[in-house]
Amino acid sequence: MIKFEVEDHDGNRQVVEAPDDMGLSLMEVLKASEYPILATCGGMALCATCHVEVLDGKDGLGEATDAELDQLENLPEYYPTSRLACQIRIGDLLEGAVFKLRGEDN
Amino acid sequence: MINTDICIIGAGPVGLFAVFEAGLLKMRCHLIDALPQVGGQLSEIYPQKPIYDIPGFPDIKAQELVDNLMKQIAPFNPTFTLGERVDHLTKKEDGSFTLTTNEKTKVNAKVVVIAGGLGCFEPRKPALEKLEHFEGKGVAYMVKDPEKFRDKKVVLAGGGDSALDWAIYLAKIAKRVTLVHRNETFRGAPDSAAKVFDLANNGKIDLILSSDLKQLGGNGHLESVTMVNKKKEELTVDTDYLIPLFGLSPKLGPIANWGLNIDKSAIEVDTTDYSTNVEGVYAIGDINTYTGKLKLILCGFHEAALMCQSAFKYVYPDQKLSFKYTTVNGVNAF
Repeated sequence: MIKFEVEDHDGNRQVVEAPDDMGLSLMEVLKASEYPILATCGGMALCATCHVEVLDGKDGLGEATDAELDQLENLPEYYPTSRLACQIRIGDLLEGAVFKLRGEDN
Repeated sequence: MINTDICIIGAGPVGLFAVFEAGLLKMRCHLIDALPQVGGQLSEIYPQKPIYDIPGFPDIKAQELVDNLMKQIAPFNPTFTLGERVDHLTKKEDGSFTLTTNEKTKVNAKVVVIAGGLGCFEPRKPALEKLEHFEGKGVAYMVKDPEKFRDKKVVLAGGGDSALDWAIYLAKIAKRVTLVHRNETFRGAPDSAAKVFDLANNGKIDLILSSDLKQLGGNGHLESVTMVNKKKEELTVDTDYLIPLFGLSPKLGPIANWGLNIDKSAIEVDTTDYSTNVEGVYAIGDINTYTGKLKLILCGFHEAALMCQSAFKYVYPDQKLSFKYTTVNGVNAF
C-alpha cells in the first residue's frame, strides 16, 4: 500500500491509501474513494473529467502520452503540472504525492 | 412524423444490438443519434482500436464490430435519424411518447430506450465572466457558416487542429484574425502550425502566444476581448467575434430535463429490466447506473436483451411473451 494526499474542490486535503500492485489508475482509486470524478470516458484519455493538478511529487508520474497532452492543452483551464488521473498508474513512486482535483464535477 | 414501436436514442453498439433483441420479439425500432454516422464512440473516436472483451471475438476492431452489428440487425429493417439530437420527450395520454429533435423531426413510439453512451459531445467553455451573456452575440463555439465572419474582426482561442485550421481559413475572408494560445508552440498538425506562423510573420493574422483569455467587453454585443500573458501583462483587442475552440466534452445534454432520476450524469435504472423511473422509458449501456455497474459493451448487450423482454408488454399489451432461442426459431426478418 502507498499513501498520497488529495485536495478536493473546496481545498480540503485527505490522505488516500491505495494498493500499488494492482495496476490501478489514480482515476480508479479516486472514484473508489468517492471523490466527485465523472470519468465519463472510462479511462481512455478522451474526456478530461479526471483532470488533476499535481501539487507535489510529479517526478514519480512518468511522462504524459500524446493523447493525454492533446486533451490537457485543449482545456480552458490548464496548469503547468496538469495531468489526467486515468493516465497515472498507482506505483510506489507516488508515495507522498499531492493531487488537486481540477475536473468538472457536475 | 415517424411511427415506431421502440425509439432508441443513441446508435452505438448497445443501441444497435437492442434492435436485434427487439426484432426477435417482432418489435420495430427507429434510432436517433446526434452523430452523422452509426457506431457511437466506436466509430467517432476509436474506429481502428481493437476491442478484446467481446465474447467470441479474441479481438475485433471497433468499426468492424459496428459493421457486424449493422449486418446482424439488417433483417429487422431499423430506420435512422442521424446528425440530430433529441431535445424533447413528452408522454402522451395513452402512455406512448413523442420525441422531438433539434431539427424538429418528430417520432412517435410506444417505448423509449436511451442508449446515449457518454451523452452528447458539447464544446468546452472557458471560465470567463459574462461569457453566456455574449453567446450568440459575438461568442460562438463552432464555425457553422464561415461567410458570417467575412470582413469581421475575429478572435480565435485554442491551440488544437480546429483553432489552426480556422485561423488559416478565416485569414482569407475576415477583416482581421487574432489567434490566442496559451503556449509558445502548437500541438496541432505541424503543417498547419507552420502555415499559421507564416501568416503571422506576413502580418495576415495576429498571433498572441503564452496568453489566456481574461475578460470580455461590450454593451449588448461583444466588442472587445482582453488577454493576459504569463507576465500578467494585459492586452485588449477590439473584435466582433470570439470563437473559443477548446475541444468537446461529453455532456448528458437535454436528457437531464426529462424527469428521469439522474446520479452523476447517469440515469438510475432498475436492474430487473433496466427501466427508469418513467414508465415506458428504459436506459441501457454506458448512460445508466446501478449498484455494480460496469461500463462494458458486453454488459450493455445483456441489458438490451432484458430490456426488450420488459418492453414487449407496452408494444403488445394483449400478448403473452414466450421466450424462444434463435437456435430453435432462427431469425425471422420483417
